[in-house]
Amino acid sequence: MDTNKRFLVGVYDDDDEVMAAVKTVRASGIKIHDVYTPFPVHGLDKAIGHPRTRIPVVAFMFGTLGLITMFVFTLYTMRLDWPMNIGGKDYYALPDFIPPMFEFTVLFTAFGMVFTFFITNGLWWGNKAVIFDLRSTDDKFVMAIDTASNQKSEAEIEKALRETGAIEINVKEIVEEED
Amino acid sequence: MSHVSAVVRPPLVTGGKSYHDITEDVCRQVEGKPTTSWKIVFAISSLVLAVGTVSVFWTWWDGLGNWGLNKTVGWAWDITNFVWWVGIGHAGTLISAILLLFRQKWRTSVNRAAEAMTIFAVICAASFILMHAGRAWLAYWCIPIPNTYGSLWVNFNSPLVWDVFAISTYFSVSCLFWYAGLIPDLATIRDRAKSKVSKYIYGLLAMGWNGNTKTWARYEYVSLILAGISTPLVLSVHTIVSFDFATSVIPGWHTTIFPPYFVAGAIFSGFAMVNNLLLIVRWTFKLQDYITIEHIETMNKIITVTGSIVGIAYITEFFIAAYSGVSYEQYAFINRATGPYWWAYWAMMTCNVVTPQLFWIRGIRRSITWTFALAVVVNIGMWFERFVIIVTSLHRDYIPSSWAMFSPTLIDIGDYVFTFGLFFVLFLLFAKYLPVINMAEVKAVMKSSSERFPYKVKPSSKKPGQHVTE
Repeated sequence: MDTNKRFLVGVYDDDDEVMAAVKTVRASGIKIHDVYTPFPVHGLDKAIGHPRTRIPVVAFMFGTLGLITMFVFTLYTMRLDWPMNIGGKDYYALPDFIPPMFEFTVLFTAFGMVFTFFITNGLWWGNKAVIFDLRSTDDKFVMAIDTASNQKSEAEIEKALRETGAIEINVKEIVEEED
Repeated sequence: MSHVSAVVRPPLVTGGKSYHDITEDVCRQVEGKPTTSWKIVFAISSLVLAVGTVSVFWTWWDGLGNWGLNKTVGWAWDITNFVWWVGIGHAGTLISAILLLFRQKWRTSVNRAAEAMTIFAVICAASFILMHAGRAWLAYWCIPIPNTYGSLWVNFNSPLVWDVFAISTYFSVSCLFWYAGLIPDLATIRDRAKSKVSKYIYGLLAMGWNGNTKTWARYEYVSLILAGISTPLVLSVHTIVSFDFATSVIPGWHTTIFPPYFVAGAIFSGFAMVNNLLLIVRWTFKLQDYITIEHIETMNKIITVTGSIVGIAYITEFFIAAYSGVSYEQYAFINRATGPYWWAYWAMMTCNVVTPQLFWIRGIRRSITWTFALAVVVNIGMWFERFVIIVTSLHRDYIPSSWAMFSPTLIDIGDYVFTFGLFFVLFLLFAKYLPVINMAEVKAVMKSSSERFPYKVKPSSKKPGQHVTE
């Protein structure tokens, strides 16, 4: 079933203003749906109340997986499946296998982490972007507030947005697909 | 939130640009029709590529007998060009990864083009690996996969196998890094697109990016971690390339100084190429306000440092050969400087050690003409360095009866020409259809590094030498 969600969209001119606005609007008891910015605004995720991302943990786990994969693979091919005597050294002369092990660590970390990032943020080829204001990828900072999920009236939300420096306040209806 | 910028540092973005100006300036050539100059250069590059392709075709059709290789010199132009191109690629990753870790804000204007250069340079390098293999259709033999003969694996003790892993990881991770960085800018182009085709294509590539807070926060972490893992990666790649030589027993190759020396040389030549390309890009696309003289000067300083490191490495090699007391080593180095390839050695010394020192003079390192000319000289010098290391070490080995001279054939030259065509065709396509400057990152450093914002200086800011904008 498709439902229409009604949002009040405050457009700001400056990243510092939107940061201050987020803090004020939240303090006044209004729930913010999200803020859209053309570049990363440091500290905005914290101000909006998002928990710290665990993507570094994901990266570490993928890296470890890559390291173990190549360690096991070189051990299997060079020591167990087809041992070769090279220069009278041990069959498993570890220093020789560090380069491929290192490369696999990096490879797994990079691809594992980036694809996790894509999946968790709903980024994939063919995905349609939910855009509240086209200028949010250019030079404007856009705060979207879901009117239905807020206790406050639309007039109060609009007042809060205007008082925090929004240069425009628009209404946007987004069609959301629901099961 | 306040933004602190030091008054001693000149602004990185000039012309009093606003956020919107950045979008306009960078998107202009992506959205507009190709300019005449772009068309002319693209036509020339395509012609060069076509001519080179004939040469590559003959290499594969007739085999490596078409090259000037002989009984002694079994590696020559192929590996010279391969190492040279891989080296060129290094500056891109250095700018995007190492300088990100070091919080160097000036990188934001140049990283996109430099990363693109990396990818195309690595493609050119890889094409020499395929050519050098002779039978390119069997290149998959380098990959450890079980085969029909039973247990026959690639030899993980071999630096050539390490190379396969290093180059393929480097290439794929560089592509990923580049693409991940492009997504926000692709979304900007998508949102401005007028035609259905560009809306569709850029929309597809932008993957539904809308710049929400959580995505940006994670994006920053992803960039930082990618930079953290790409930094040792880029150092490892040229280190491993140098192992191809250093782990052998050939006099002139078997030296422990090779890894750092190769890495420094790679950064040296890479920055020279970045300088050349960016000077063309800033002029063609009128991006002088983003790629300023400060950027060019900073890169010239890096060229001076790495060039000096390379110079010290040359002298150290000579000293160690003399000090080792091994007559073969000593001969190899004396032969380099005074033997039949003396001209290549001295061309290398002049181009890499002597001329870059001119950058100590402020007027020269801030001059467009001098920078362009010296960057070309550096690239010529670095090509000669690879040539000297490879050919002069091989043409006279332990047995004087097998000594021989190498001279390139037309096919050798044609294969090199092919990679130039390929590189410039790819770079021109990139410059036309993708944003050459990372808009999102430049916007992010605007408040602390642009000419526009210090006008809002707060007189109450206390610390001397700093001003605070709010």
